[in-house]
Amino acid sequence: MTMGHWIIAPVVLPAFLAALSLLLARHGTTVARFLALGGTVALLAISVTLMIAASNGPPQLYRLGDWPAPFGIVLVLDRLSALMLVLTSGLALPVLVQAIVTGWDIRGRKFHALWLFQLMGLNGAFLTGDAFNLFVFFEVLLIASYGLMVHGGTGPRLRAGVQYIAVNLVGSTLFLFALGTAYAVTGTLNMADLAAKIPALPDGDQALMRVAAVLLMLVFAIKGALVPLHFWLPGTYAASPGVVAALFAVMTKVGAYAALRFGTLVFPPDLAVTSGLIGPLLLPAGLITLALGAIGILGAASLPRLAAYAALMSMGTVFTAMAAFTPWATMATLYYVIHSTLAGAALFLIADLVQARAPGSRLPGLLAALFMASAIATAGLPPLSGFPAKLMILQAQPLWPVWAVILGGSFLALLGLSRSGSALFWKPQGDAATLPLTQALIPAALLLALVALTVLAGPVTAWLAETARLLHDPAPYILANDLPGGA
Amino acid sequence: MEALVAITIGLLTAVGTYLMLRLRSFPVILGLTFLSYAVNLFLFAAGRLKAGAVPIVYTTEAPSDPLPQALVLTAIVISFGMTAVMVMMALGAWLELGHDRVDPDRDAPEDQG
Repeated sequence: MTMGHWIIAPVVLPAFLAALSLLLARHGTTVARFLALGGTVALLAISVTLMIAASNGPPQLYRLGDWPAPFGIVLVLDRLSALMLVLTSGLALPVLVQAIVTGWDIRGRKFHALWLFQLMGLNGAFLTGDAFNLFVFFEVLLIASYGLMVHGGTGPRLRAGVQYIAVNLVGSTLFLFALGTAYAVTGTLNMADLAAKIPALPDGDQALMRVAAVLLMLVFAIKGALVPLHFWLPGTYAASPGVVAALFAVMTKVGAYAALRFGTLVFPPDLAVTSGLIGPLLLPAGLITLALGAIGILGAASLPRLAAYAALMSMGTVFTAMAAFTPWATMATLYYVIHSTLAGAALFLIADLVQARAPGSRLPGLLAALFMASAIATAGLPPLSGFPAKLMILQAQPLWPVWAVILGGSFLALLGLSRSGSALFWKPQGDAATLPLTQALIPAALLLALVALTVLAGPVTAWLAETARLLHDPAPYILANDLPGGA
Repeated sequence: MEALVAITIGLLTAVGTYLMLRLRSFPVILGLTFLSYAVNLFLFAAGRLKAGAVPIVYTTEAPSDPLPQALVLTAIVISFGMTAVMVMMALGAWLELGHDRVDPDRDAPEDQG
């Protein structure tokens, strides 16, 4: 089934609706809410359709302006990009409902337009097959995230926003340096064309290409908050509104997605130019990130900060798993990405609900139950999907330092989560706070999705295994780009 | 010409990096601006340096590469917009907090996040 113009719909639809929302928002929030909700539902439907099409056939190409690759920009729909699209809209929909239910969306202005622009940037980054276009979509999603991050906020949050922007601008500059170097050496920025041209580089240019590869990975490490480039994450996520931080759970995964895409397509592990460069650099960085996140969970002074360090720890786990660059490890990475995105978002939403109650009040049992379930998911304990995910990662990376850090990190996270859980919820004194059932529904739904991910682990991993196999055999992806010379 | 361009890019990068490491948001913004100038020149040079060649085929014997020029245009627009956003945020933080230090102030409890 060829999807034709539907491939660009996940980018064009939110862009159009966001502009419309800006025009119509003066007529009240109902219109804006309707547009954002309708748009996100439509995005989910389109993404699922694209995913079905991608699972049943080879990667599909969309040429912007019908310019052939590598001269024009192309979007490529393959299983990985379809999976990330479904994950993005599948997370955005419940989180948007939660934003409306808790009233976060009307605490500042233009929330819904920014939300849609953020989705446009995310979807574009996942779909594009052009490295410079990836940079542009990074900027689109970042500029929307700046607005969402300071949504309805004052002084301290604005300053956390300034830090966040400064770090990301440095990242963008590095990205441009990397792209300039890659273009100077290969004369192309189409990802498939890069993959086809890099193995044939003359000796003199290989060192420059290695510089470009490391610079690119550095940029993705900034987006993915890998140590030592993680400093922006805890402050930013802890200062963001809970619902926005929940959406950001998928934004950090863009860094992981880009690293995985480049690490399998453009710089595959058996490539002579960058052999022994990317995996061995990512593995220790991922392990240190994991450990630091776990220690941060143990030492966090507030629940949003704890959730931010849990996000950091999950990114460390993702990069640790990815660093092996084998099909099995890639499958484990993808399964963990799905799990950690949903679990991280649930934790941020619950932290937001706790923050919204008066400090020192007696929190309702329902909230405690939700927190406990999300703590189980975050620490990776059975019966939720964090456990099979970590098990697969341990199998994929049978090295003792990896086992020690992952298991030790999980233990520290468990300690930290149970410490904050007991400090927050085991309080006999204080006024009883209430939790409307409507506000508890979405976090519960996200946790139920984790249950479903566990129950359906068999079919899901089978699908992911095929995705990983195709990622490590990028010939169909390159063929889909229809490059001149049949490369 | 190559040496001159290389020295210019290097100098701009060095100045940008130095200013970025300052503790106040104004020098940081200036530093980022210098860095983006450096990267724009760098992108431009990525299409090989050629004097007096137009980027249009069939007009000259050896036209220059038009793609880096398009990339530079995009990069300029994006960095311009991003700098504007950052100036607004820094101004907002300065007006509300009364100082423009980039790092959290250890004395003020509201900064501990």
